[in-house]
Amino acid sequence: MTRSDAQALIRSLRSAYAATPKNLKIIDLYLAFSVSSALIQVIYMAMVGSFPFNSFLSGVLSCVGTAVLAVCLRIQLNKENKEFKDLAPERAFADFVLCNLVLHLVIINFLG
Amino acid sequence: MGTKSEPVNGSSKPVPVNLNSPLGSFGFRFNFKLKTKQQLLLIRVSTLTLIYLLAFITRLFSVLRYESMIHEFDPYFNYRTTLFLTRNGFEEFWNWFDSESWYPLGRIIGGTLYPGLMLTAALIHKMLHFLSFYVHIREVCVLTAPFFASNTTLVAYFFGKEIWDSGAGLVAAALIAICPGYISRSVAGSYDNEGVAIFALLLTFYLFVKAVKTGSLAWAVGAAFGYFYMVSAWGGYVFIINLVPLYVLVLLVTGRYSMRLYVAYNCMYVLGMLLAMQIRFVGFQHVQSGEHMAAMGVFFLMQVFYFLDWVKYLLNDTKLFQAFLRIGVTSAVAVGTVALGVGTASGYISPWTGRFYSLLDPTYAKDHIPIIASVSEHQPTAWSSFMFDFHILLFLFPAGLYFCFKRLSDATIFIVMYGLTSMYFAGVMVRLILVATPAVCLISAIAVSATIKNLTTLLRTKTRVAQSVSNKAASSNKASSKGSLDQSQPFGKNGASALLFGAFYLLSKFATHCTWVTSEAYSSPSIVLAARGAHGNRVIFDDYREAYFWLRQNTPTDAKVMSWWDYGYQITAMGNRTVIVDNNTWNNTHIATVGRAMSSYEDEAYEIMRSLDVDYVLVVFGGVTGYSSDDINKFLWMVRIGGGVFPVIKEPDYLVNGEYRVDKGAAPKMLNCLMYKLSYYRFGELMTEYGKPPGYDRARGVEIGNKDIKLEYLEEAFTTSNWIVRIYKVKPPKNRL
Repeated sequence: MTRSDAQALIRSLRSAYAATPKNLKIIDLYLAFSVSSALIQVIYMAMVGSFPFNSFLSGVLSCVGTAVLAVCLRIQLNKENKEFKDLAPERAFADFVLCNLVLHLVIINFLG
Repeated sequence: MGTKSEPVNGSSKPVPVNLNSPLGSFGFRFNFKLKTKQQLLLIRVSTLTLIYLLAFITRLFSVLRYESMIHEFDPYFNYRTTLFLTRNGFEEFWNWFDSESWYPLGRIIGGTLYPGLMLTAALIHKMLHFLSFYVHIREVCVLTAPFFASNTTLVAYFFGKEIWDSGAGLVAAALIAICPGYISRSVAGSYDNEGVAIFALLLTFYLFVKAVKTGSLAWAVGAAFGYFYMVSAWGGYVFIINLVPLYVLVLLVTGRYSMRLYVAYNCMYVLGMLLAMQIRFVGFQHVQSGEHMAAMGVFFLMQVFYFLDWVKYLLNDTKLFQAFLRIGVTSAVAVGTVALGVGTASGYISPWTGRFYSLLDPTYAKDHIPIIASVSEHQPTAWSSFMFDFHILLFLFPAGLYFCFKRLSDATIFIVMYGLTSMYFAGVMVRLILVATPAVCLISAIAVSATIKNLTTLLRTKTRVAQSVSNKAASSNKASSKGSLDQSQPFGKNGASALLFGAFYLLSKFATHCTWVTSEAYSSPSIVLAARGAHGNRVIFDDYREAYFWLRQNTPTDAKVMSWWDYGYQITAMGNRTVIVDNNTWNNTHIATVGRAMSSYEDEAYEIMRSLDVDYVLVVFGGVTGYSSDDINKFLWMVRIGGGVFPVIKEPDYLVNGEYRVDKGAAPKMLNCLMYKLSYYRFGELMTEYGKPPGYDRARGVEIGNKDIKLEYLEEAFTTSNWIVRIYKVKPPKNRL
């Protein structure tokens, strides 16, 4: 694993990623936001302790939950996926909204 | 009359049926033109309706023979909590602290039960009241389990349709409606968690399989809600949270994974886990308990796996991808192992609890946790139990597995895994035959449906093949060889019809067996005993309820009753008195204290009873009626559990040559312990059987050894009409003068 290998890797990753459609890139941005939000909460918990645990869990799981659901949405909207080619994008987005609604209602109940 | 052409492969040719002649006199004529599709729908709907009704009706034996009452022990607790819920509302129920059991500790009922069953029954009760059917909550409780059994048959039909086809679905629904393995825990009156939980289990599995098949988030949310219902209903939800990750792992390893799997599993896991943590009894177990770590591990594994898949797709170049793979996988695995190791070592991730660990290591409970070992339902299963509960399904199960392996898909892989894992657990513990029953029914249904379909197709097409063979025989060699092949096939038309007749004979035998089993073995309320009198008339022993109602009507309201933990729920529900220990068995030391009191001499026991404020002692005695589930037969567990906590109780003191005896040759400590005295007080003068001496114990089959029993610190308060339940009052201490 030499330095030039790593550079070639990063370069090809970057060029391949630049080719993805705009709507998927927006979803990726949202994904990055929620994952970093979850990481910040974990770091905060490591500093001040995890009491009350249910609040910590609900915070982290809401970030992780929306991240996972965003990935599912991205999978369903990606034109390259043959399995989902006859799924209307509106339906995919509606499912995404419904799941997020359920997720956040439960989080609000769990927050304590 | 139109020509009747036989539709072979489901083509929609109309089959006109003229009803001219019988109705001609009325002056009008019908013309039922039902397409084949409509005919199929009619047959399916009517069959399903009949199966639905059958599932309900076959569970009603005990209601017809005795009365509409709650059976056994655990259902009485569920009934009491449901009653409380309907009377006091959800807030009170959710935060209920009960001081009437486990005196003086009390029990946080709101946080230590699975509320699904009680909420379901209360909801049905509310709905019925809203529709002006003013039924008592007890009737609703009694009939909840049969109602949900009927619903299970519907879910089984849809599940069978997903796995194989609608024919298999119908057979599965029919099998599950009458299979004794399921009936045993869902008869009318058996108001227990399993009655609702099996419905929730099958529903969750069906919704998950549907989610994996369609890759839709909506079905996955449905599966999460099904899982939530299962978690609220029964502790056996641990099976789901381990089987589903195992299934995902198998798919990943065999390379049958797809994007739909990712969507289905992740949505169900995250939402399901969050919903499950809303139940107070479950709490944070999903992130802290070892039993739930498999799901989390597979969750992380999936993220890594699919991320690598995406990077591989992006890079489109194997060499670079290999490099990435090396860094990526090693770091992920390292992080994962370190986290798991730290978590388990520091004790943050709790290890597998005794209840579930004993499933992996069946000898664990016998050596370490006598309370778990003492429950008869936790014993390993004998072959006779399998045959009794499954009958022909036992050999149809491997046949179904064969068919599933021939047509492997996401759904069939799932049902195969469900079947195999549940059969393993059913072999370890008798109680878990219930969990295996839906899988066995579904897989056997595949075997039955596929076989019957093949045979009937053979029956129908045989003539056409023969015609075509005779037409082509002159023209080509291939046809003639095909013709000879057809003629040398193992099934002639007679063979096929004989096999079909055999299949139907087997199925009818199965139906007879199931009905007989339901009627004889699984419909007894356990709280009311029946026997045949000398003239063949039926004799009913209603002693339990007699005793509990005596307690209710003749003791002060704050009286505390000490008995063995089996009867705790019934005493609180029907006798409405405070008990020392009950069936929840959450505090082993408290139970051991009671066990110690029962197996000590009377004066030592009196000290313990005074320290617990006991006013009445209740024992169950089967010597007069020959009832074998009485306290003397359970005595060995009192000694073992008591001795497990208090070394002063040593089991060898009570044994003679390694066995418990109650006759003259019994150990002296046995003849003078409190349980012996309370069971056999005044029994020495009683003639129980013609030709035997007085004091002949019919349950043990011997004459008792110590007939001259005097009680110093207790006095007899009540003995039921057949001596089954005996209640003693603890005398207050003598005046100190």
